[in-house]
Amino acid sequence: MDATIASGTPAHRGPLARFASAYGQELVVLGSLVVLMAVVGAVNPRFLSETNLHSVFSGNAYIAVAAIGMSMVIISGNIDVSVGALIGVLGTISGTLAVDGWPVWVAWGVPLVLGIAANSVIGALVAYARIPAIVVTLGMLSIFRGGLISATGGKWISNLPSAFRSAQERFFGVPLPVYLAALLTVVAALWMRYSALGRAIYAVGGNAEAARAAGIRTRGMVVFVFGVHGLFAGVASVLFATQLQVIQSTVPPNLELSVITASVIGGVSILGGTGTVVGSTLAALLFSTIASALIFLNVSAYWLRAVLGLLILGTVLADMARRRRKGRLAP
Amino acid sequence: MGTVPRIVELLDVSKSFGGVPALKNVSFDVRPGEVHALLGENGAGKSTLIRIMSGALSPDHGEVRVASERVRFGSPRDARRHGIATVYQELLLFPDLTVAENIFLGNAPRSRLGALDWGEMRARARTLLDSLESHELDVDARLGDLSVANRQRVEIAKALSQDPRVLIMDEPTASLAEADVARLMAVVRRLRERGVAIVYVSHKLSEIFELADRVTVLRDGNRIATVPVAEVNEQGLISMMVGRSIEQLFPKVDVPRGKPLLEVRNLSYRTLVRDVSFTVHEGEILGIAGLVGSGRTELALTIFGMTPATSGEILVDGKPAIIDGPRRARDLGIAYIPEDRGLQGLIRTQTIRENVTLAILDHVARRWVVDLREELRRAREAISRFGIRARGPDQRVRELSGGNQQKVVLAKWLGAEPRILLMDEPTRGIDVGAKAEVHALMGRLALQGLAIVMISSELPEVLGMSDRVLVMSHGRIAASFDRAHATPDAVGAVMTRVQERGAT
Repeated sequence: MDATIASGTPAHRGPLARFASAYGQELVVLGSLVVLMAVVGAVNPRFLSETNLHSVFSGNAYIAVAAIGMSMVIISGNIDVSVGALIGVLGTISGTLAVDGWPVWVAWGVPLVLGIAANSVIGALVAYARIPAIVVTLGMLSIFRGGLISATGGKWISNLPSAFRSAQERFFGVPLPVYLAALLTVVAALWMRYSALGRAIYAVGGNAEAARAAGIRTRGMVVFVFGVHGLFAGVASVLFATQLQVIQSTVPPNLELSVITASVIGGVSILGGTGTVVGSTLAALLFSTIASALIFLNVSAYWLRAVLGLLILGTVLADMARRRRKGRLAP
Repeated sequence: MGTVPRIVELLDVSKSFGGVPALKNVSFDVRPGEVHALLGENGAGKSTLIRIMSGALSPDHGEVRVASERVRFGSPRDARRHGIATVYQELLLFPDLTVAENIFLGNAPRSRLGALDWGEMRARARTLLDSLESHELDVDARLGDLSVANRQRVEIAKALSQDPRVLIMDEPTASLAEADVARLMAVVRRLRERGVAIVYVSHKLSEIFELADRVTVLRDGNRIATVPVAEVNEQGLISMMVGRSIEQLFPKVDVPRGKPLLEVRNLSYRTLVRDVSFTVHEGEILGIAGLVGSGRTELALTIFGMTPATSGEILVDGKPAIIDGPRRARDLGIAYIPEDRGLQGLIRTQTIRENVTLAILDHVARRWVVDLREELRRAREAISRFGIRARGPDQRVRELSGGNQQKVVLAKWLGAEPRILLMDEPTRGIDVGAKAEVHALMGRLALQGLAIVMISSELPEVLGMSDRVLVMSHGRIAASFDRAHATPDAVGAVMTRVQERGAT
């Protein structure tokens, strides 16, 4: 039987080629990011100034953090369209606690706990009540959005204590949110790749039936993934709230789309089972850079959405083309 | 010889995918009123060949001729216009439409005003089905409510609705039970009498000997031979296919029976499994025969905990076990090789390495972290032990052929070191070479003391491999035979009796 291995085995590819094929999308996003910065920097050198880079990276770190959790949810074969609304709600709660005089750790900590709780409920509805995630989270989106406006009357929160906003401190010239986004990305990426649980999440998203047959507790896994996603949403909401002078008590428009877009452009398959959180963080960086680049190139900011839309379609088309090529290798 | 008319001819056709050749200078032709069988292992190039013939692919080199004229098919539609129709393995039908609608979808008869002519459509559907001896099939039935065999008849009727001169059938019996196979073969013969040429792709040698006039064998993209079936025997075909001879098709090893490992008492799952009792011992292979839908798969799923039992008892090692999920079953040493490896067996988006350790992640992981070195070692071992043809442990499973995917499923579950192995159609859709390897493996496992329950639609396989045979029907065990008494006639008779009652 051993003799049969040799036949039909193309020559082994080098480690570099294998790396490039396994992380194709991540490399494409990283490359685009570098090229974009170089080109825009050449046209308008102020684009690469420290101030601008800080505002690009730090101001959008919360999107990258939220996209980490979103990527996990999508990899597990689900979706969450309510995350933007959740971040709005948690940010408002966080700011309110701070203004009401609670210690900073409470104002920062409560959103994390509530994020985990809220999304665990979503996960439970998906896993045990067997309602599709898109339906559950569409419902949650309305509840969060409507509930927030009703509860606060749309009142703005100002006079946030400086201790609360210290989450935006700089160390060695780099704002804290940037460190945090980088750290969480690396930890989440390692965890997804090397832990048994991370592996199981990919398995559930790749084929839930087969994962269950292999003894993986698929339902518990879904609740767990949503819970982790809630934790990241909580962190994102604190990063979001602490960078503002005034919290508007509304849901940031289209935030969920930005987060989902980051995941998809970063190479997470919307069908589940493939992709990495590194890709989504790079993609979040990419389009905050695009947003800034449009300003520096004097292009109307309204083009941003259109550009993102093109990016999504382009990414999906490239992904499909790649799959087709691979799939046909073995007719 | 030069005067024999050819309807379709492929001349020196080559095709590569991403630099890997799938067909190398292959010529093939079909004559009116013949059944031309196409035989080869998975990955031999059969699918590529029929996809070129049916217009789904265009060749890199070589030409396609219809009635001696060179043609270039841009699409399957082009091929159909030239009288070439295809019945694919995975039926391309719409479950929510009726039988008649499915048959005429895309070329429905129209009235003078351009509206669909429903009366005409139903009448013509009726005629077509009658010509296939399927008088009992209702043209207004919803397709999704039909059995697989009936859906296939609809697919054939659909292909015939355009009056093709050549009908390509891609493994038409892959998902049929024995009785339905016989009926299908009758249909094929009838079409041949009408002068339709048939290209018949199959793994099953018995069908080829029974049906085909000529056979073409492909191996690794090369045409090995095209010969009249009357001039070859089974051994000859197998050695052409695999490039080596296989001594014995069913290497049943006699193993002394040990103590009982799995006992099932009055097991039921809703109305699908009713009151089933049996015992399997160490070293024993228990075959379960029966038609598709007789409750065989459901029985396995119930024992494995995918659908926990609604009543009855399961004893493992003589101790009562409550199996409320696959995880519990796995911990008790039970493994299940599913009928549909795409659905329940594999994570196709993941690599061989990741799939092989999926059922034992908690053993391969130290604390929380997967031991990659151990995982790689297991994957390499699986590849060599099971002869998985792959680039390496990091190749994604979806890129492998059917037989190799099945070997990954086997490797995954045997890696969990089970003592009780439930195998549901373990050799469906895999080629003769891989099949013999699976059978040999079963023999070795029995020798090691595993208890094996094998479900199969292929009677020769059940009879060839099993120590005892149970026949299921309507969720119950209809009969039980020991090896000496399990003759094709006896087991077949029980299944036929079942067929008459349970015809759908």
